[in-house]
Amino acid sequence: MYRFIFKRLLSTIPVLLVVAVLVFSLLRLTPGDPAAIMAGDAANAEQIERIRAGLGLDKPIVAQFGIWLGRVVRGDLGESFYFRIGVAELIRQRLEPSFALATLTILIAVLVSVPLGVLAAWRFGGWFDRALMGFSVMGFSVPVFVLAYLLIWLVSLKLGWLPVQGYRRIADGFMPFIQHLILPAITLSVIYVALIARVTRASVLEALGEDYIRTARAKGLSEMRVLVRHALANAAVPIATVIGIGIAILIGGVVVTESVYAIPGLGRLTVDAVLARDFPTIQGVILFFSFVYVLVNLLIDVSYVFLDPRIRY
Amino acid sequence: MRALLVLATTAAAALTALGANAQVLRVVPHSNLNILDPIWTTQYMARNHGYMVYDTLFGTDEKSRVQPQMVDKWSTSPDQRLWSFTLRPGLAFHDGAPVTGEDVVASLSRWGKRDAMGQKLMSFVERMDAPAPNQFRIFLREPCGFVLEALGKPSSNVPFIMPKRVADTPADKQIDDYVGSGPYIFKRDEFKPGDRAVYLKNNKYVPRKETPSGTAGGKLVYVERVEWNLALRDAQAQVNALAKGEVDVLERPAFESYEQLKQASGVVLVNKDPLGFQYMCRFNHLHPPFNNPKVRQAALAALPQEPFLRAQVGIKEFYHSCASMFTCNTPYASAKGSDVQSKSSMKKAQELLKSSGYDGTSVLIMKPTDLAAIQKLPDVAAQLLRQAGFKVDLQAMDWNTVVSRRAKKEPPAQGGWNVFCTAWVAPDIWNPLSNAAIGGAGEKSWFGWPTDAELEKLRDDFARATEEPKKKALAEAIQARAFEIGTHAPLGEYVNPLAARKNVTGWVIGPGDVYWNVKKNGD
Repeated sequence: MYRFIFKRLLSTIPVLLVVAVLVFSLLRLTPGDPAAIMAGDAANAEQIERIRAGLGLDKPIVAQFGIWLGRVVRGDLGESFYFRIGVAELIRQRLEPSFALATLTILIAVLVSVPLGVLAAWRFGGWFDRALMGFSVMGFSVPVFVLAYLLIWLVSLKLGWLPVQGYRRIADGFMPFIQHLILPAITLSVIYVALIARVTRASVLEALGEDYIRTARAKGLSEMRVLVRHALANAAVPIATVIGIGIAILIGGVVVTESVYAIPGLGRLTVDAVLARDFPTIQGVILFFSFVYVLVNLLIDVSYVFLDPRIRY
Repeated sequence: MRALLVLATTAAAALTALGANAQVLRVVPHSNLNILDPIWTTQYMARNHGYMVYDTLFGTDEKSRVQPQMVDKWSTSPDQRLWSFTLRPGLAFHDGAPVTGEDVVASLSRWGKRDAMGQKLMSFVERMDAPAPNQFRIFLREPCGFVLEALGKPSSNVPFIMPKRVADTPADKQIDDYVGSGPYIFKRDEFKPGDRAVYLKNNKYVPRKETPSGTAGGKLVYVERVEWNLALRDAQAQVNALAKGEVDVLERPAFESYEQLKQASGVVLVNKDPLGFQYMCRFNHLHPPFNNPKVRQAALAALPQEPFLRAQVGIKEFYHSCASMFTCNTPYASAKGSDVQSKSSMKKAQELLKSSGYDGTSVLIMKPTDLAAIQKLPDVAAQLLRQAGFKVDLQAMDWNTVVSRRAKKEPPAQGGWNVFCTAWVAPDIWNPLSNAAIGGAGEKSWFGWPTDAELEKLRDDFARATEEPKKKALAEAIQARAFEIGTHAPLGEYVNPLAARKNVTGWVIGPGDVYWNVKKNGD
């Protein structure tokens, strides 16, 4: 398995290289000049040209790419045009909020959706199953920002239970941290609850029709043991796969949530960088996201070994 | 007894927290702060950051009059070519070093390389020196009439005074040392781009004795700490946060939010900048059809101000038409030459367009979709120009694409443009030298690049004029000429009151977003 992990890690290099070329090229094709944006409203063409030269944007694109790639190979993601600090440092500053939000979201989603999906499969066709399917459709359909505003209105403004915005670092205390994070995480988790519950239901339902379930029941095992030990365990691979896909999709989902709840995370950083045409930051963040995406997929693949002993690498 | 003790301790802790909270002013600024050098960029956020950290030689009060700030006294020679200034005592940078004439000379030199008005001033300056630690002098080649206006310029780029070692940074390179002598100290270690910027009270700052007014007068600080929340940018989330008391100030709420803000308990609206802003649509003079002055005249006639203000601002008490290209209710405001726009009609516009020789060339208007403060202006312009007989191509894009594209001099079909609309803060356009849109220096002018020797000569005459009546007459002539050649279409003025918690008081009236004199009482 170690060989498999090593090979997969090695395969991230061409993936990241392709991403690097694509991102770099796309950004140069996108309209928008960082120098003009940085100069401000009253700047004239001469001032803008000076800033462009200062940023190295007057060099040929191939030369710009070569300089940037050379730095990346040495582990340097470059410096933000705006903040004049390293992109790696910017990512580090914004990582905690996004990581905390994503972790809590997935935690809520898994803890809620897997039992719901198992129960729905167990009570297939009953009112609970239908209700869950109805909720799934709603969960997929309601845009994140609509749900966010509804929850803020109800939980924060009407009931006054939680703050409406902001983020507190875990170092500032667990209670402020969780108070600020719980509502965004619930908002973001709804779509994942819908997705994972549906897949869990379908997988468990399929497993419940297998011979070994009938055998387990014939042996007189409790229904709970049949469901958890036999049905859910055998349905775990597709569930783990969809959780992995969910984590990848989450990277995009945090952008809206972070905007509405004013969380200074990677999603917000990406939007700001795109709007400001902060090329080094966009390139760095997208490379980072790509790496995370590849890593999550690798972890999911490795988890199959533990979830299904028949799988060997 | 034990219960009483617990109760007392809890109450004391609550009171301490309340007191501490009252010392922190939580502000949601109008935009993100991403550049910290207010000389290097003209961005308003950098300017506002500058007002927190740096001090100025002169300020401009709420009646647009220049008043001394760091300067104690000054004099001019009989031939008005030598200006001598003495700094007031007690001025010191945040690192404890005294502010000297050499710091001033270095700061003015750097500013004079970046700012348009500064460049104009420097074209008159022969040299500057510091004959004593608390003095500096400006030697002019010939007299000019805007020395104090330039030094007291309240908007971008403001001539902020920095330590010499900082001001010696080349003008095309950003500074990386943020030591100033202003009323607040920038907490660099707490600055998180896109998240928050923090400023601490400068306890050693010595304010002037005069009442604060605009950027002039005493800069008294009553809070220990000001926090700019840079992450909170969603308009509805801002309103929610203010209503719940999680922030204290919204610098510029969206117009759509005012109804909700008026109804929110504990929230007040403060119109601290009565001069406000002016909208304008800019024509590109380089390419057809607006390279033809008659076509620009027709466009001016087709663009009355009221429809723009109604669509964009919508709240009657927040806007008014203004026939002047210089901010209304300021010294150089007049209606001179504005009849072509203010007393026109659609019928007249159609006639003018017919007689102009307009050949049906499409007019490309850039519409920013992500800037709520101006995004409706291009729609109104497109509709009115179509009614007048123009063929219009309204292209949607984000504001930063507009900003980038407007700098392109190529024809519209090759990535250029014909029209964009924007808004200016009052001080940026209130006189012929600061108003970037009124220039005729061709490709050296502001985007749109009008070429007009007569306009440039009038502006030069204005720069040289030292008597106020003559300056006023020249300002009128400049405006008349600008309307005649159709530099741009002014689209009226508006105010954008801030929203604050009721316990926040002491707002300084006048141009600029400044946070001195502001008091925050316990909630």
